[in-house]
Amino acid sequence: MIKNISNLGDAALYCDFGNEVNQKTNIKVIKYFENIKNLKIKGINNITPSYNKLIISFDLNVINFTELKKKIEDINISEKDIKQDHKLIKIPTCCDDEFALDIERLSSKLKLSKKEILEKYLNKEYFCYMTGFIAGMPFLGDIHKKIRLERLETPRVKVPKGAVGITEQFTNIYTFESPGGWNILGSTPIKIFDQKNEKQPILINPGDTVLFYEINKKEYIKLNEKE
Amino acid sequence: MKKNRIIILREGINSTFQDLGRSNFYHIGLPFSGVMDKRNYLIANKLVGNKHNEAAIEFAYQGPLIKIEEGNINFAISGDIKFNIKKNGKLITGDCYKNYNLSKNDEVDIISTNNSIYGYFAVSGGFELKKNFGSFSTHVRSNVGANNGNKIQKDEKFLLKDFKDNYSNKSLKYMNSKIEYIRILKGTNFDYFSEQSIKEFCSKEFLVTKLSDRMGMRLRGPKIKNLKETNIRSEGLTKGVIQVPADGNPIIMLSDHGTIGGYPKIGVVISADYDRLVQTPPSKKIKFKLIELKEAEKLYKLYQMETENLLSQI
Repeated sequence: MIKNISNLGDAALYCDFGNEVNQKTNIKVIKYFENIKNLKIKGINNITPSYNKLIISFDLNVINFTELKKKIEDINISEKDIKQDHKLIKIPTCCDDEFALDIERLSSKLKLSKKEILEKYLNKEYFCYMTGFIAGMPFLGDIHKKIRLERLETPRVKVPKGAVGITEQFTNIYTFESPGGWNILGSTPIKIFDQKNEKQPILINPGDTVLFYEINKKEYIKLNEKE
Repeated sequence: MKKNRIIILREGINSTFQDLGRSNFYHIGLPFSGVMDKRNYLIANKLVGNKHNEAAIEFAYQGPLIKIEEGNINFAISGDIKFNIKKNGKLITGDCYKNYNLSKNDEVDIISTNNSIYGYFAVSGGFELKKNFGSFSTHVRSNVGANNGNKIQKDEKFLLKDFKDNYSNKSLKYMNSKIEYIRILKGTNFDYFSEQSIKEFCSKEFLVTKLSDRMGMRLRGPKIKNLKETNIRSEGLTKGVIQVPADGNPIIMLSDHGTIGGYPKIGVVISADYDRLVQTPPSKKIKFKLIELKEAEKLYKLYQMETENLLSQI
């Protein structure tokens, strides 16, 4: 199912699952990720799944590219092993103007009212393709075709923690204050990454389903205090 | 018995606790982190008789001013560092790659790095710290690691673990070497770039800019022209990957890099050259040289052997 394995530097494998970005391809990537993780192959020190690629980093003191490539090629995962058994996570989101930093931009570029945008965005189930960039950040999709927009021309230096954003067919949550260029339409008070909980630090895992539902400012403050 | 304890009188720049880094958390967005210059870190720890993965203080450009508040310490500093010691009220110029014993009220003032960025301060026994996600390494951006994931601050106090008082003085003769080229392998999007740009990339000088830190090193030189696609679908990264955004200025991913990225990768720095790459300060220039995978693997073995050899001399 891996189309091609090449090297990314001298200490990582670059596994290519093809060019398409869709859930079917991504589920294959996740399946490989889970499988390789469980095999506990000596020398592997990171496995990074993304939409359609899997990067496997290794310790060059223990194993090399040729040896590890062979081991990965020998893994046999059949199409029928691939099924989803992941959870649905509901994210409370406040979309008041003070949190919806880019709602006006979205509204004018998409030629839709705020209400229409939120109707198309909220209470829909999104698939988690991957997590990363910053700790716990989920890359979710696919959002309604009519609310897709490119990133900001000039990215923000600081996107606030908890910001919920969209770009192209994807949506995500800024788990930490970070630079970023996604169109922000709300904020969640929920903690997505918990550094104190080492066993289960992230709320949303690749393969999970995520739904955003609206809360008002009062509820937002109440939940924020609880977190 | 009272614990040995230090207090930070001046924090220095980007002073953090680091060890060899954390593995297997890229998929949730946590990078390796860990020491930037692994060889210098290993040497410092060996000089004070620690096991190889004990946390040390890493600093950049300027280190902390440290006072011994209680008990005594045995420490060593590695890198290319200027520092002073105040012992029994007397000022001594410190030497790197040598360990020193200090007692209550003595001080270590790590003034600056020479022509390099990072240095290491290691103590016998190590610091009393808590691991987070299997490592002491601090990742400030996600508040992960020792010291609650924060930089070391002024007035903070740290306890030291017990160590053998009779630890003999050790030293090492070592010069931090410079290399003429940073050697790289082809990146996975090498063919996105124009022939002319690739030629320039592998032969011209690139300036290390001030916008460089533990996350990445931003370079400026001939603009790298992309003929295909300036954005790719976000995918995993690793240490040493050289991404080229639409503006044509390369960025090298360093130890605290974001775990995924969406810019085309022109090359990847070989593992053997990483320690020396990260020590190149802003306003200095670097040159790249394209090599093959087999050669990179050989060079890494050689670099490892050199490191082992140095450690065995201590």
